[in-house]
Amino acid sequence: MPKQLEVRDVETHAPTLVGANTAVQTDDLHAWFDQLHALRGITLNVPERQVTAIIGPSGCGKSTFLRCLNRMHELVPSARVSGTVRVHDQDIYAPGIDPVLVRRRVGMVFQKPNPFPTMNIYDNVAAGVRLAGERDRRRLDDVVERSLRAAALWEEVKDRLRKPGTSLSGGQQQRLCIARALAVSPEVLLMDEPASALDPAATLRIEELARDLAKEITIVIVTHNMQQAARVSDVTGFFLGGQLVEFGPTNGLFTRPTDKRTEDYITGRFG
Amino acid sequence: MDPRYRLRRGMDQGMTLVCFLCTLLVLTPLVLVLTFLAQTGLSALNWDFFTKLPGAAGEPGGGMANAITGTLILIGLAGCLGIPIGVLGGTFLSEYPQTQVSRISRFAADVMNGIPSIVMGLFAYVLIVLPLRHFSALAGGVALGVMLIPTVMRTTEEVVRLVPQSVREAALALGIPQWKTTLRVVLPTATAGIVTGIMIALARIAGETAPLLFTAFGNRFWNRSILQPIAALPLQIFAYAISPFDDWHRQAWAGALVLVAIVLVVNVGARYATSRQVRLR
Repeated sequence: MPKQLEVRDVETHAPTLVGANTAVQTDDLHAWFDQLHALRGITLNVPERQVTAIIGPSGCGKSTFLRCLNRMHELVPSARVSGTVRVHDQDIYAPGIDPVLVRRRVGMVFQKPNPFPTMNIYDNVAAGVRLAGERDRRRLDDVVERSLRAAALWEEVKDRLRKPGTSLSGGQQQRLCIARALAVSPEVLLMDEPASALDPAATLRIEELARDLAKEITIVIVTHNMQQAARVSDVTGFFLGGQLVEFGPTNGLFTRPTDKRTEDYITGRFG
Repeated sequence: MDPRYRLRRGMDQGMTLVCFLCTLLVLTPLVLVLTFLAQTGLSALNWDFFTKLPGAAGEPGGGMANAITGTLILIGLAGCLGIPIGVLGGTFLSEYPQTQVSRISRFAADVMNGIPSIVMGLFAYVLIVLPLRHFSALAGGVALGVMLIPTVMRTTEEVVRLVPQSVREAALALGIPQWKTTLRVVLPTATAGIVTGIMIALARIAGETAPLLFTAFGNRFWNRSILQPIAALPLQIFAYAISPFDDWHRQAWAGALVLVAIVLVVNVGARYATSRQVRLR
């Protein structure tokens, strides 16, 4: 990672470079919505098989950042990106890279649970694999069970896999969406405020799940809830006005923030 | 009691009454037409009407079997042309709303919706009848099919647009290509609405007479080929209604009743499809 160390804010990156490989690396990442400059040069390394939390007040660009990591940002008409994003050393914005393939490697879970309304539980989980061409019944069964187990939902739904996905409770729907994302075996899972529409109990389950999943894959979670970031993450980045203010191990960032703005935010002086 | 409160309440009740009366006023013609149609039509409706060909001019008896099947064939032909173009076009308008092509076709569809139906008949006449040198079921089907396109297209666009953006994003984030997302995720979600739109459009063209005058033309016998003229209920009703024979007048009423029944069945089917959509959400 020598290249990372040359850029500004060396000290904010240094801690993350200890003890883990890098899964996602962004370098001078800018993003626009038409004239609005939403991200202003984000450079950071997401450690592999850890939970990285992105916090910051509304409109600070944290969701936009997340959506740049699997090329969902460009789906918005008039949206633009510059800079590089590397996922396991492959530049996902290089010419000739198919965003469809990027999104199979970098999955996403959204703020509101969004199961496919016409599909049952089984079909929801199988959708990604099936629409990628898998027809073998046994392998599909296998993927569905494995993904539902990984999302800690199997025991609750194994007897009603043919019921509509929308018949589940909000928290179950969100775990269904996580299972659906896991079914295509992504290397990285992006979670965009995955618990903000859920009650505290369901929130807790999602957080436990994120911790568990990080044993296998890399998790990046955007949250406006600082307690959640503190509970769930190994590394935290604080965004403000489209810039990365501070980035480092969660413990250090919350107990000894190096930047005044971070301190103000986490002590609740604004945002 | 506060007089202003009393005034307000009186106003409220008065306006409710006015709204109620207006609703009655709207319903009156519908009920009148239907009851009159049922009274006059039912008396001429019998088994022969559904199974027999028209009798010779002036002779009592005979039926409209050929016209009933003819109308169904014409609707089928129109559907084959109008439904695929309309649904796919509407999907394009909804999924790529900002392109120049969609702006132009949206405008064209709206203009087409306002074109008098007889002009559609002329269009099919020039396109099919003149080159083939005779009237045909095909020409009638094309005339009706072209009328279907704008309605189906615009309703499809509306209901496909109602599919939440989050559903599209969920599919795309799974690494499902855009075309598969549209075809396998977005369209199935909107199916009930699309079907409703198609049913309503079909019901509308089922009763069209003008576009058939110089395309399908009418036929007093069984039709053997879609390249031959074909009978249709609206045409038969028209022909019988202006004839001098009492029996034919009665049959025209019966034909009108059957036509309305077909439209009603289709509309109820559309209602059924919509109610399933609501349950799904």
